[in-house]
Amino acid sequence: MRRSWFLIIAATLGFLFLYIPIGSLILFSFNESKLVTVWAGFSTKWYGELLRDEQVLGAVWISARIAFASATLAVVLGTLAAFVLVRMRAFWGKPILRGMTTAPLVMPEVITGLSLLLLFVSMERMIGWPAGRGMVTIIIAHTTFCLAYVAVVVQSRLVDMDESLEEAARDLGAAPVRVFFDVTLPVIAPALVAGWLLAFTLSLDDLVVASFTSGPGASTLPMVIFSKVRLGVSPDINALATLIILVVALGIVIAGLVMRRK
Amino acid sequence: MVGTATKPTAGELKPWREARTPPFIRIEGISKHFGDFIAVDDVSLDIWQGEIFCLLGGSGCGKSTLLRMLAGFEAPSAGKVSIDGQDMAGVPPEARPTNMMFQSYALFPHMSVEKNVAYGLLRGGMGKAEAMEKVAAMLKLVQLEGFAARKPHQLSGGQRQRVALARSLVKRPKLLLLDEPLGALDKKLREETQFELMNIQDQLGVTFIVVTHDQEEAMTLATRIGVMDAGRIVQVGEPRAIYERPGSRFVADFIGTVNLFEGKVDVAAPDAMRITTAEGPILTEPVVGLRAGQQVAVAVRPEKMRLSREQGAAANVLSGTVSDYAYMGDMTIYKLALDNGRSVKVSVSNIDDASEAFTWDERLFISFPAKAGVVLSA
Repeated sequence: MRRSWFLIIAATLGFLFLYIPIGSLILFSFNESKLVTVWAGFSTKWYGELLRDEQVLGAVWISARIAFASATLAVVLGTLAAFVLVRMRAFWGKPILRGMTTAPLVMPEVITGLSLLLLFVSMERMIGWPAGRGMVTIIIAHTTFCLAYVAVVVQSRLVDMDESLEEAARDLGAAPVRVFFDVTLPVIAPALVAGWLLAFTLSLDDLVVASFTSGPGASTLPMVIFSKVRLGVSPDINALATLIILVVALGIVIAGLVMRRK
Repeated sequence: MVGTATKPTAGELKPWREARTPPFIRIEGISKHFGDFIAVDDVSLDIWQGEIFCLLGGSGCGKSTLLRMLAGFEAPSAGKVSIDGQDMAGVPPEARPTNMMFQSYALFPHMSVEKNVAYGLLRGGMGKAEAMEKVAAMLKLVQLEGFAARKPHQLSGGQRQRVALARSLVKRPKLLLLDEPLGALDKKLREETQFELMNIQDQLGVTFIVVTHDQEEAMTLATRIGVMDAGRIVQVGEPRAIYERPGSRFVADFIGTVNLFEGKVDVAAPDAMRITTAEGPILTEPVVGLRAGQQVAVAVRPEKMRLSREQGAAANVLSGTVSDYAYMGDMTIYKLALDNGRSVKVSVSNIDDASEAFTWDERLFISFPAKAGVVLSA
């Protein structure tokens, strides 16, 4: 088949548009000069600088813990939601639940963040928990929107799953709980892993929701970067961004591979 | 061995013919409603030990629902099932003495063949060593010895089907339920597997209930067939009886090919019976209980009719022209248009070479004896 020039040009432009900013960022993270836009030779000194920056390292640690906790919670809750949505017979609240589960996918982050902030403030006033805002509130907030993504991923796997697998296990003498651990869980495991990785990267990336629900001493990595950039872009931020891109890309590739493996 | 075995009597081989032994499975007035829809409607059946009982019917006739009620996946809306004298009401699938072979095979994709087959034994509390021994024997029976370590997705359709069979048989259930067991196989493999299935059933003596929409499959496998339509059992009988003496127009038409002649009883004497149809009078053997004037149909199978160029001396002779024919190898099926436009199918066995075959537009006589026609009032 003859290749169409139009398609080749369109593809090239598309890729350039998507990857030139990322490429230049990675390139300049190896820049010798302190000026971000002037190339002065190759160096890895900004990576060294980064490793000595206590503030950034602390934020990395906080972000990682938040991402780990909220991804794990989101997988548990999202899987439960997916089970109800796929397996339960229609009941009056099902359309509402479906809507509520997927709402965070389309809701503007600002609104999600603001509404959660209002919730946390009024909860504190009424029941005294969560006391103040910090890691706990960010974890709850991130779980809320990550749950939606996990629910979508697990739902599609559950819909594909042949229900007679579970019936076969029962028929062969396994009680329902046993069936879940012997058959259902292993079959949907790839979706759980993919959902967890997706949730982890989403939580790691989030700035807006975290800004609303964070408190003193709980600045996540995106928050630290954002505040640093406001004072002017320094090359160590480029180095940091490059590392983040690496981690996120790895996460997405692994999630994709796991999902594809049947 | 020769001469020492006494030939079993018909009653031992076909216990449903005599009421000497009690049935193994009793289904009494069972129904299943899904909202307004009635999937199974007041079905009663007795099935004896060692039978291969085929539930035959089109899609949506309720045969699968009936099977799922026996397995315990659906609770009956009304009625009662007992297996080997034990009432099954409220007994969950995992506690029933039944195993099922699913239409999709439902092999666990993350387990090897060996683990799939061993699953039921291990869940039943058997020790690992003993279970593995039984699995090996079972895999040998279904000729899959070399495949123990494979995953289901590394097997062909026929191999998967045999794993599913091995898995459902290894626990030696009192009753094996098979849902369209050969549906996913191609024709050649299907025929081979049918005989294999019968062999295995013979060796293990397990009672089989098979759900199928394929009447050929039912004919070759079954000791008895239950024909289902719209949630009801319309006829139960041995394959030969179902084919030769269908009880209704539906059964006659569903099983095999048939020519149905609608008409009225004209003469109903103890020694002769004549039915007036749009195609002329048809003589049949006398049927008890039919009166003159009653609306009936005469069913005649295509292979019970003869074609000839000269008018013979049979009890019934019709004439028509060949409108179409299909050469099938072992036989040829002719479609003839009668004078009133009605079409009749006649099959001719190709015993001699087909050089003497009839061809399009030839005018022929169709003759059949009085005993060929089955009079149906239902």
